[in-house]
Amino acid sequence: MNALTLSFTLNGNEVSLHISPNTLLVDLLRDNLRLTGTKAGCRDGECGACTVLLDGTPVNSCILPAAKVQGRSVTTIEGLAHENGQLSEIQEAFIHEGAAQCGFCTPGMIMNSTALLENNPQPDDQEIRQSLSGTLCRCTGYRKIVQAVVTAGEMKKSQG
Amino acid sequence: MALAFKDLHWTKNIQVQQYLQPGTLEEALEMLANFEGSARVIAGGTDVVPQLRGRDIEVEALVDITRIPGMDGILEDGENIVLGGLVTHAQVASSNLIREKALLLKEGAGSVGSPQIRNVATVAGNLVSGQPAADTSIPLLALDATVTIANKDGERKVPLTAFFLDKGKTVLDCTREILTRIQFKGLGENEGGCYLRLAKRKALTLPMLVLAAVVNADKEKGIINRAAIAMGPVAPVPYRATNVEGWLKGAPISDETFISAANMGMQECTPRDSSLRGSCDYRQEMSKVFIQRGLKEAVSRIGS
Repeated sequence: MNALTLSFTLNGNEVSLHISPNTLLVDLLRDNLRLTGTKAGCRDGECGACTVLLDGTPVNSCILPAAKVQGRSVTTIEGLAHENGQLSEIQEAFIHEGAAQCGFCTPGMIMNSTALLENNPQPDDQEIRQSLSGTLCRCTGYRKIVQAVVTAGEMKKSQG
Repeated sequence: MALAFKDLHWTKNIQVQQYLQPGTLEEALEMLANFEGSARVIAGGTDVVPQLRGRDIEVEALVDITRIPGMDGILEDGENIVLGGLVTHAQVASSNLIREKALLLKEGAGSVGSPQIRNVATVAGNLVSGQPAADTSIPLLALDATVTIANKDGERKVPLTAFFLDKGKTVLDCTREILTRIQFKGLGENEGGCYLRLAKRKALTLPMLVLAAVVNADKEKGIINRAAIAMGPVAPVPYRATNVEGWLKGAPISDETFISAANMGMQECTPRDSSLRGSCDYRQEMSKVFIQRGLKEAVSRIGS
């Protein structure tokens, strides 16, 4: 098996390591780099719990060969807090609205919301639901999750 | 007997010896040729990775074509629209050009999987996977698209009507060939098109039935010049209702015409019984509804 040398930007830091050609991004993050905030749910690209941002775009890390991130930028849930440790507006809003039940889907929800608000700071209900449509909450608590994204948008706006 | 944890599908990884990332098309085709059928092309990987994990396919090497430059654009070339082989569903769904000239394709591309899937899955991959109700295959078939296939010896153009061979099988050999472009004519002034999808949910679900219709008509005279109707899954491959299309030539624009076309088209459809996505009978009945509704909607969009 031919090992690959992989270099990429992870949450703002340069990372370089050797990987097997069979490594999927979710396993690289969780097993090799010990960033277990990203969840492996269905491992088939259905549930969205494993969502990370690749160059700012949400992707399912469970069906993405890790080799694909060579030279690119990956953001995980661990990379959202500000440098002083303060959580991002979206993370704060999820706490404020109580937008988690078991919490397993929450990293995926937050990563998708982060990408949405980056491109569309004041999304309407429809746009929020559309952007979260690839992340399943099996506790079925979607209403508070959608409300958290609305609140995060308002927090961002008030902070200018 | 209880399954050991390591044998569960959930734990299974992909199994390849090499993961190659060529920088040019020529290099990619050369690599594929050298593996003589034991390597396979991967682009977005949203179909290939689950298939490899499930051991539905086994290969020695993956040739990742996503770093090949110049294949990720949506371009206008005269009256033609050209999609590069690496264009994603998200690109098509958000393209102004596609919205103006081929709304039905935008509607289909926006229905695939989830946002995360659409961000990486390519339209070319949707074609190559050869599924009978693929959300971009059906509109592209109605748009009479042509694809360009490259291999080590050169390239060839194949109309989509001759591209699909069987469920999961096309004329393209994904161990040696790469789909480099998809080309079709944008809709003209006298043309309208639409895409209809029947599914259990609004997101993250395979369709029970899809239909794409393109109608060219003279609205002043009230006459249909020609129509294209593509449907799936009503046959092993994405299906064109050619008998209905032939009958529609010169027919008046009227509800009676649409109803007759629907009754005729329904006879041609032989969908499978599916416990998850509808019985044959139900899908046949719905194909009638969709043909009627699709033609009417396509006509109503002419000139809009």
